[in-house]
Amino acid sequence: MGSSGRRERRGVGMTPVENYIRRRLQRKRLLLMTHAIVGYPSFEANMAMLEAMQKADVDLVELQLPFSEPIADGPVFVHANQCALEAGVAWKNYFAFMQRVTVAFDFKVLMMGYYNSILQMGHERFCACLAEHGGDGFIAADLPPEEADDLHQYAAAYQQAPIVMMTPVNSEPRLQQIAAKASGFVYCVARRGVTGRQTQVDENLEAFIERCRSATSLPLALGFGLRTHQDLQRVKGLVDIGIIGTALLTAWEQGGVERYSTLLQDLTSAAM
Amino acid sequence: MYAELFQFPVGREGYYGQFGGAFIPEILHETIRELTAAFNDAQADPAFWDAYVALMSSYSCRPTPLTHLENLSKDLGGAQIYVKREDLNHTGAHKVNNVMGQGLLVQRMGKQRVIAETGAGQHGVATATMAARMGFECTIYMGSVDVERQRPNVFWMEQLGAQVVSVDDGTKTLKDAINATLRDWADSMHTTHYVMGTVCGPHPFPQMVTYFQSLIGREARLQMLEQTGKLPKRVYACVGGGSNASGIFAGFLDDADVELVGVEAGGLGLDSGQHAARLARNVGSTGVAQGYKTRFLQNAEGQMRPTHSVSAGLDYVGVGPVLAHLHDIGRIRVEAATDADVLASLQHVMRREGIIPALESTHAFVAALKEAPHLSSQDSILINQSGRGDKDIFTIAEALGDAPWRAFLRQKVGEWEAAAAANDGVSA
Ligand SMILES: Cc1ncc(COP(=O)(O)O)c(C=O)c1O
Repeated sequence: MGSSGRRERRGVGMTPVENYIRRRLQRKRLLLMTHAIVGYPSFEANMAMLEAMQKADVDLVELQLPFSEPIADGPVFVHANQCALEAGVAWKNYFAFMQRVTVAFDFKVLMMGYYNSILQMGHERFCACLAEHGGDGFIAADLPPEEADDLHQYAAAYQQAPIVMMTPVNSEPRLQQIAAKASGFVYCVARRGVTGRQTQVDENLEAFIERCRSATSLPLALGFGLRTHQDLQRVKGLVDIGIIGTALLTAWEQGGVERYSTLLQDLTSAAM
Repeated sequence: MYAELFQFPVGREGYYGQFGGAFIPEILHETIRELTAAFNDAQADPAFWDAYVALMSSYSCRPTPLTHLENLSKDLGGAQIYVKREDLNHTGAHKVNNVMGQGLLVQRMGKQRVIAETGAGQHGVATATMAARMGFECTIYMGSVDVERQRPNVFWMEQLGAQVVSVDDGTKTLKDAINATLRDWADSMHTTHYVMGTVCGPHPFPQMVTYFQSLIGREARLQMLEQTGKLPKRVYACVGGGSNASGIFAGFLDDADVELVGVEAGGLGLDSGQHAARLARNVGSTGVAQGYKTRFLQNAEGQMRPTHSVSAGLDYVGVGPVLAHLHDIGRIRVEAATDADVLASLQHVMRREGIIPALESTHAFVAALKEAPHLSSQDSILINQSGRGDKDIFTIAEALGDAPWRAFLRQKVGEWEAAAAANDGVSA
């Protein structure tokens, strides 16, 4: 299984995903990262979502591995995690699905999930598995940087970008500490709280992004609470990647593939 | 040993052997850091501990008494059985120790709102009480299954002015209430303190809650020496998250000859899969959830397994990292008691001694009463009665199939419905 070319080293320090982002940024001002919870509402529905993403020229996709204790997620995603688990989503069908997706589509795929899944699989096996199934990195929502060294070493060996998070409440020294563990890009959390609630794009947010920029030279992605064309218009020029999660799943739940595709097209038109 | 537990090597802050740590979303990092600093500062201030002890003696009957179970000791013909009466605390359980301590800390930090998870509802009631007394706004998260089986506590929380949020996620029990509280905190931490109810969650909670609950063990050790002239042979405590056990064990950790016995919820039996034992027979495995690393009841892919216990307070997938470590190194022994044994022991203890332990606490009694006959009558053993059982009247009466109680409930419901119908008639 897996595409053999992915493991070769390309340049010291820069992960394939950072390379990819920098290349895409030469022709787009704002990249888009979207999200799907694998197995919710079903694998077929996921496939339809991902096709719509491809059509809308989405750049990066987080595939969330469901977990029974998703503490960083809001109600919409909590419910989705639970339904996916009840439907029997497990490592085997998760990675099989990732394989299908990375073969079929052009966007880069990252695993998103919680540290316990990675711990139980084993750090090396997890990174190897991602590489084997076409993944390019991962986001572990509850893994602090001080616990990340061992996992990050394996990530580097398998050319996976371990995405770390910066938040508006972090102190300067903490941002430095996080930056030291970062590669690929940095996930900037737009506000306090969990996923799903609206975020105000204002001067506080600009000041926060300013602080992230001085801590790292990596591309910056902004997530948590971005939902509309207008939101993306406002963050264009501020960050490199806009992340849309809950708004899309809500669109699906309210109006199926049609509403989902319409929102996606609307979002990508803002990113142009 | 007790003091050394909390002297962390550089880079291993909050770790007890391989367990503990702080696995939290980055958004909570600075809050946890601030809390750790505030706690360390309070701990270094002798006046803080004195203020805490003074508050507990004027507000919550401390020191709680030590009771010699003379009848049962005689009946069983073995060790002399002593009980530390945490049930006599204000609000009826040991939970209030931790809560009032954290309340004092909240005052030091200058926050205005407290939030908490609750399982049995005891911790929720204690937190609502503290909030009312100290003037904080208060929200309590409780699994909807627990809301149903512990309605009297929900009633009291609301009467005390707390908002009770019923949590419908996951298994709708304690673990899901913890997740919901963590989510609230990730949003509200600038004004709000999370009053963690047990020795779980991210550092510094296991250390901080153990510190406040250690009052139980400090008192109990002195009382045993005063009343029996020596230390107990064994100390028994039930283990949910592990706070009452950690509290009483704290007093005896440095006494190598005192055996410490934790008792988990054996539910329908460890082989049935329907229980909440994690350390007993090493059923749990190492994992990370809810902000910390410990032994969890989980499947091979790290998804938490459903748990079962007749007692809501022990119905939990994780266990305090300090206890997991002490179990690993052999300092504590951990057993499990089944629902059926708990109900039988509860009746036995009520009839012979006139005390009513909570279902949670009765787990400790099961193991102690089983083992007492094998010890000498010169020896004594100590049980931590973490709470009183009258809160469990609905569960216990149902489990015992008490017909008059059922008739009483039916009659009460009938009266309420008749009154409501009459009211509707008036307003229509
Ligand atoms: C009376 C009583 N005992 C024990 C417990 C279990 O908690 P812990 O193991 O933290 O003492 C509870 C929890 O609600 C309780 O109410």
